[in-house]
Amino acid sequence: MRRVLNALFAWRHAVSAPLAGLLGGVIAPAVVHAADLPEDSADAMIHVYDGGGVRAIGPALLVRKKLLDKVSLSATYYIDSVSNASIDVVTTASPYKENRSEYGFSADYAVRDSTMTLALTSSKEPDYTADNMSIDVSQEVFGGMSTVSLGYTRGSDKVGKKGIGFFDTATHWKYRLGLTQILTPTWIASANFEALSDDGYLGSPYRVARVFGATVPERNPRTRTGRAMKFRVIGDLGSRNAVRAEYRYYWDTWAIKAHTVEFGYSRYFGDAWLADVSLRYNTQKRAVFYSDNATTETLYVSRNRQLGTYNTIGLGGKLSYSMGKVQGKFDVKLNGSYERVRFKYSDFTDVRTGKAYSFDADLMQLFVSATF
Amino acid sequence: MNKLRVFSNGALIAAVAAVALLSGCAVEPWVKPYERERLADPMMKFSRNALADKHRDHVFEVREGARGATGVQGGGCGCN
Repeated sequence: MRRVLNALFAWRHAVSAPLAGLLGGVIAPAVVHAADLPEDSADAMIHVYDGGGVRAIGPALLVRKKLLDKVSLSATYYIDSVSNASIDVVTTASPYKENRSEYGFSADYAVRDSTMTLALTSSKEPDYTADNMSIDVSQEVFGGMSTVSLGYTRGSDKVGKKGIGFFDTATHWKYRLGLTQILTPTWIASANFEALSDDGYLGSPYRVARVFGATVPERNPRTRTGRAMKFRVIGDLGSRNAVRAEYRYYWDTWAIKAHTVEFGYSRYFGDAWLADVSLRYNTQKRAVFYSDNATTETLYVSRNRQLGTYNTIGLGGKLSYSMGKVQGKFDVKLNGSYERVRFKYSDFTDVRTGKAYSFDADLMQLFVSATF
Repeated sequence: MNKLRVFSNGALIAAVAAVALLSGCAVEPWVKPYERERLADPMMKFSRNALADKHRDHVFEVREGARGATGVQGGGCGCN
């Protein structure tokens, strides 16, 4: 028995790779179902974030086209024009403006019940470049009732500082596992699990920490491993409306623990209008080396408020208008969304007032999407 | 390290065994294809628009310590 197990362990790498394909092929009933490629589409969007002294605005474009009914190619272009006068910036430096641009390319390949996606993105800003490669495989099983998906992303960053140039690197690995399950004719659920690993320079060369009231450059670990689990469910309530709920739990080796809950409600009005409202709540416990004002000398110390103890609550609405068939070929939709989010920190003080810091942020999107 | 190895190998054994056992029976889908019409509606999708979700997830990922499992592959950035 031990010899059999040892042999199996030795072959585990060979077995695990085609396992997803095996699952579908072996269980497939008589119904033959082909996986659907995404529809051809073109999207143009203006996105706005304004909160806490930071304003990031920009356009985003996406074009997707099928080739020979087997492959769907897409290209994206995304710009963040950032004007940064955040609390970190105004208390330790001076406000600045910069642009970040991101290009993306992906190819989806469908064969029988499986879809394989290869995606490449490249993000560039004056002091940071990030290149990502992702592979995702999804397989429909149980006669299309379930979809199992596996994904892998590798990211390679170059970290720089204004006036110095690029001085360090960071590498990221992400492993994803997902299951989408049809529960009833009106309810569908999904479970997603992701393991994220980072290595290299994981902080900011501009940010400072406080130790005994004095500012020092922050010192972050050079590795971080996190896990996230997300459960989602959507249900059709019957009168052209639907409700959804999501929960995500995140934990990592920096001792950060976060719970995120979201509820949403969608409703059709007439033939052309679809409205959504959503409520999002996120609560986080701080990283072990995070401190607003450290009173001991530790190997790692950071005053990055994103690693502190805080909660965020957001309320948002979306509206979508279907223009129907334009020029007989394009199905055009006009969409707008607005979300107001409050960030409330428990252990990060605003040094200008001495009180715990909090701010409100606005997120807006205006976009046109055409499918053809 | 040994515990991790055992766990990952055990999970793999369980998956292979499940595949082998299930090969003996075809699971009947309890929601027939003709009953899935309402699930095809855009409001029943987990992600209606990739570009919009990408922006929203990016905003939260940059400003919160938690990340991942959102369904968006994501890119990196030095946003801080």
